[in-house]
Amino acid sequence: MKTMQRISRRVFLACGLLVAGFAQAQLSFELSGAGANRIPVAIADFLGDPTASRVVTATIRADLERSGLFKLVDTTGVALDENSSINHGEWKGKGADALAAGSLGRTADGRMEARFRVYDTQKAVTLGGAAYVTGNEQLRIAGHRIADYIYEKLTGEKGVFSTRIAYVVKARGQFLLQIADADGQGAATALTSPEPIISPVWSPDGGKLAYVSFEKKKPVIYVHSLASGQRSIVANFKGSNSAPAWSPDGRRLAVVLSKDGNSQLYAVNADGSGVQRLAQSGGIDTEPRYSADGGSIYFTSDRGGSPQIYRIGATGGDAQRVTFEGSYNVSPRPSPDGKSLAFIARREGRFQLAVMDLASRQVQVLTDSHKDESPSFAPNSRMILIATEVGGRGVLSAVSSDGRIKQRLSVAAGDVREPAWGPFYH
Amino acid sequence: MKKLIIPAILSALIIGCSSTPIDENAGASVETRNGANSGGVAQVTAGGADASGLPRELTDPKSKLSMRSIFFDLDKYEVKDEYKDLVASHAKYLVAHRDFKVLLQGNTDERGSREYNLSLGQKRSDAVKRSLTLLGAREDQVESVSLGEEKPRNAGHDESAWSENRRADILYKAADGRGEF
Repeated sequence: MKTMQRISRRVFLACGLLVAGFAQAQLSFELSGAGANRIPVAIADFLGDPTASRVVTATIRADLERSGLFKLVDTTGVALDENSSINHGEWKGKGADALAAGSLGRTADGRMEARFRVYDTQKAVTLGGAAYVTGNEQLRIAGHRIADYIYEKLTGEKGVFSTRIAYVVKARGQFLLQIADADGQGAATALTSPEPIISPVWSPDGGKLAYVSFEKKKPVIYVHSLASGQRSIVANFKGSNSAPAWSPDGRRLAVVLSKDGNSQLYAVNADGSGVQRLAQSGGIDTEPRYSADGGSIYFTSDRGGSPQIYRIGATGGDAQRVTFEGSYNVSPRPSPDGKSLAFIARREGRFQLAVMDLASRQVQVLTDSHKDESPSFAPNSRMILIATEVGGRGVLSAVSSDGRIKQRLSVAAGDVREPAWGPFYH
Repeated sequence: MKKLIIPAILSALIIGCSSTPIDENAGASVETRNGANSGGVAQVTAGGADASGLPRELTDPKSKLSMRSIFFDLDKYEVKDEYKDLVASHAKYLVAHRDFKVLLQGNTDERGSREYNLSLGQKRSDAVKRSLTLLGAREDQVESVSLGEEKPRNAGHDESAWSENRRADILYKAADGRGEF
């Protein structure tokens, strides 16, 4: 009985801490810099349930504006639903190239339905429309999905507003692994630990994270199912276990183990079975990442004297050196579209985000910061999320692959680090 | 109670979001899709190990064996001469107490990639492990791991802080499982 009381008190305390951490760790987003030719778009107030409409339209507008690719045209006082007749000339006159209108209603089972249409005012045609159904508390998700729809219709690329990000917050001696919407809102804590958590990576289906936790006083690799909270150990060999990376089919993880001496590359099944060594070197091999087609693995190695990026076949083979400029190039992240490679380069003592065009091998440094780390591509390859430092505090920053658009995410109290951008909404 | 794991599903976070294209004429029908990443996140808390219960010899500040840290120079991964004596004392203890184990944790300063630093810290703990086993400690008594830059002793951002963080620590565990890891 006494034990039960003690346990329930501990559970209560832990939950209290989680809630406190949760409330405090909300991210806020700032945009600096924008694309050269922003598309002017008008998002009318949606009709139907006014409260729900405000949430949805505010989310759509904020998403489009934050992307740096759109300019919002003023729609004050104009409410239109998906069936309203549209005076294309009038909207053209207001400077809008595109217009969205819609409504919020309740479904028979009590959920909210957001219906909308998107118009090209220049050509005076409908670009399409859809209806999204969500729970009452999830109206922002409907907004993100509508923003994705508009983004795709107007840019030809898939939007990432409805994707999620993972990151680690260090606050009051605790480490929180959190999941939030791509705009930093709706943060939820997946794991709280007194010991560090690093290197989270999303499974390709978006349902799980693999990461390195130090809760056993050493680095151990876990796979964590987000919906159930179920965790399993993927690698806990003698020595260090770190740097997990999912194969694109979600079946295997490339990992770094020191069990045979030195940090070396291995692959294991997602359940921890079937360990296979991928490479052999006298130095350090670490930070493996599969290419989008699954055919090769990029990794960091100091086999040539300084840490540089190399590439090998997904099941091993000869390594080819990829980076040559500078004496410190680490954390390779091939883009989902297979065209480029993001990494961290040390230039004059400063650690900065760089991108290599894989066809031309041309390298471009995208930031002027001094402590960038852990880059992570958005699933549409357009933005790269990084951890950096501002005023001695860890913040997240998203930079467009061409370096023009920069967004910053910060947490009110505490350090944010180790970001990982999740896959497209399934 | 060594570990505390609490799965607590926040029902408020469980969502479903479904989509259908609008038919130009009719009202849209609704298809419910619950993708793997459609939103639910359960909370889990991880716990650490219980500490101590070790012989005084290992913990008494007057005992040499209470000195557990070996410091390294910048970009260096070999045990310096000034620590050879300390490492020898720990090796001697492990030879005399075959039922004791040590965990060697390598550490680095904060500059650079976290994962690359983890591998550099491993080189430091491996160096201490090599010395201990050369002096008679058995392979199964010694595990070398790395904490990389994750557990700085000094949270500062200058050379004096960094020099405290380029380090390997020795943690002990007794036969009955009590100890520091």
